[in-house]
Amino acid sequence: MTPGPDGRIRPHIFVVWVEDLPGVLNRVTSLFRRRGFNIESLSVGPARAPGVSRMTIVVRTDATTARRMRVQLSRLVNVLRADDITNEPAIHHELAMFKIQATGEERTQVIQLAGATGARLVDIAPESVVLEATASPAKIDGLEEVLRPYGIVEQVRTGLVGMARGAASVMTDPDARKPPKRRRASSDEKGGSHSV
Amino acid sequence: MTKRWRRTGAQLIWETLLGEGVHTVFGYPGGAILPAYDAMLDYPIRHILVRHEQGATHMADGYSRASGEVGVAVATSGPGATNMVTGIATAMLDSSPIVCVTGQVGSALIGTDAFQETDVTGVTLPITKHNYLVTEVDEIAPALHEAFYVARSGRPGPVLVDITKDAQQAFTATRPRLGKVDLPGYRPEPRPPESELQRAAELINRAERPVILAGHGILISGAMGQVRELAERARIPIAMTLLGIGAIPANHALNMGMMGMHGESWVNQAIQEADLLLALGMRFDDRVTGSLKTYAPNAAKIHIDIDPAEFNKNVRVDVALAGDLSAVLAHLLPVIEARDRSEWLGSIRGFKGDTAVRDIQNLPDMGKLYAAHVIHDIWRMTGGKAIVTTDVGQHQMWEAQYYRHNEPRSLITSGGLGTMGFALPAAVGAKVARPDDEVWVIAGDGGFQMTMCELATIAQERLKLNVAIINNGYLGMVRQWQEFFYDRRYAGTPILSPDFAALARSFGLGGEVVKSRQEVEGAIERARADERTVVLDFQVEKEDTVYPMVPTGARLQDMIRRPGQEADGDPESEEEPVAAGRTVEW
Repeated sequence: MTPGPDGRIRPHIFVVWVEDLPGVLNRVTSLFRRRGFNIESLSVGPARAPGVSRMTIVVRTDATTARRMRVQLSRLVNVLRADDITNEPAIHHELAMFKIQATGEERTQVIQLAGATGARLVDIAPESVVLEATASPAKIDGLEEVLRPYGIVEQVRTGLVGMARGAASVMTDPDARKPPKRRRASSDEKGGSHSV
Repeated sequence: MTKRWRRTGAQLIWETLLGEGVHTVFGYPGGAILPAYDAMLDYPIRHILVRHEQGATHMADGYSRASGEVGVAVATSGPGATNMVTGIATAMLDSSPIVCVTGQVGSALIGTDAFQETDVTGVTLPITKHNYLVTEVDEIAPALHEAFYVARSGRPGPVLVDITKDAQQAFTATRPRLGKVDLPGYRPEPRPPESELQRAAELINRAERPVILAGHGILISGAMGQVRELAERARIPIAMTLLGIGAIPANHALNMGMMGMHGESWVNQAIQEADLLLALGMRFDDRVTGSLKTYAPNAAKIHIDIDPAEFNKNVRVDVALAGDLSAVLAHLLPVIEARDRSEWLGSIRGFKGDTAVRDIQNLPDMGKLYAAHVIHDIWRMTGGKAIVTTDVGQHQMWEAQYYRHNEPRSLITSGGLGTMGFALPAAVGAKVARPDDEVWVIAGDGGFQMTMCELATIAQERLKLNVAIINNGYLGMVRQWQEFFYDRRYAGTPILSPDFAALARSFGLGGEVVKSRQEVEGAIERARADERTVVLDFQVEKEDTVYPMVPTGARLQDMIRRPGQEADGDPESEEEPVAAGRTVEW
């Protein structure tokens, strides 16, 4: 993509609180799709308030476009709040799991490496081990780098989630005043109750 | 013993619509919406059967723009709903509140590619303000109630409610309780902070060469009186956007006329030389600004709009006031000082100078028929009091230049999306909304052929409209661009038309062909006197051109002016090529 007037292209981190309704994810991602943006990572989970989901979305863009995206996200009927936390002092972590095929000496080295890097050993099988790490995306990249020579047979990364540092925060969860039950947003199927 | 309360979903559709004040819907029946149609007969609803669902959406849109109320269109699933897409997008781009009710296949069949199944909420997601898929009977009334609220509040727009057939058929014993809509993430009416209002007032009071940019938001907010008060007290000249036309009377001394690509050169010059732009309910569309790099370089900019997403989107502004225009002006007006800006107003009169050769009736009759004559005569003979609807293109720009609207909501045109085929169905909606007003359709021969099937709707409903087709045998605006920018290679623009007058007569309507300037007045007179809708086929000059014009992406001041010879009364001169050589700078 081409940079906007004030802008260097870099990853922008959006935190978006939405009503937990069918189709809302589609509405949010549709704003990025419309501009032809590739979402680098996206994670969704329940927020503190009932009926509210919290999304963390990472998209590479420039500051001007990011500002527009934030306003357009806020404009969606089901979006409670949207923030661009790229420049906020915050903890940005993701969770990763790596399955490494290793026996004998290599296996010992992998387990030692895990200890040294703060990764945890979560599964040991006769021919493989699974390491899990929670850290900043850069540290996870580093871990992936050192593990690769041993043979990563499978890996999964959740994508980034963020939380501001300190007690007072721009990122305090908004509340949905009531858990929305009867209203249904569109565009996703109702969960699997359909006979064919 | 009283009978227990019990309703079907279909009944609830109509009861909810009646509760929202709806008495007329524009629609087309089909399988998935059949339960709703069956129930409709038991309610005091006027149903206008359209000939194509695009027409239904444009009619709802025209109804809405003429009345300020929400217009309603109804269609079945699949093709019925997909035919609505153009009309929904038109309403979206022009912030027009309509509610579309579509039938959907039974909820058990969704996702199976059932007969006439389309993911309509998916298809319309980016072109609606919001939409709903309703699969349960008890969701119908709340979803519709919310749909009307969302459509008409804040920045208005289209909302679609897709209701499965089984939800329409199902019974419920739960009476819907429709109170205040609770949408925790939806803030339709932001309020600007006091400090920003102060800054705006200071900028306005201090400005020497201010210009008001008057947009559609003035009409939507109903702020016509306040804008006039502001302009008159502070002596600020006003430039209109296409959709703002009518917000300030064309004959008001401070109304300069339309800005932008086909606006008048002195209006654009005033904008370029201004030291303050006060943008009211408009969005700095590319058709208005020309090149953004050179737009109003010395002007501070104040932007008042209800949609904060419009701020700094195209033009960087100094003060952005988010809110309902009328509410914002109520805060602003008390601190605006009376000023005498006769020097600035005088220099604008200077810009106007000899380029203001507006009275085309003064041109000698060369025996040729020009669209400008036709529109000027319609304006003259209707006393400027008609509601006019247009499509997009040359005739639309001529209408904006030569029909001088003094009343709000009297020009209904597809601005943002630029939809051909809009005018005729939009006029149906406008006439239904305001049956006592005179309604004129001004359309080109191309656009008219896109939705002319609605002549049958007009005949069936016995509606009285007047239709002026500006027939030049070309898709005129595209031809004009080919003339200017594509070396006169007229690819795909010559268009053959039927005998429109005979076609109208075949529907039981009136029709007349007009070929010379002497016939225009008589034809308009006869059309107005006829109790039927009359289609006038004005066969105008084939290669006429809309002047002035800012080429796409050019600086506003680099307009292609009207050829000077026209002012001398020689329309023949328009045969000359008019490309870059005529570009004039001031």
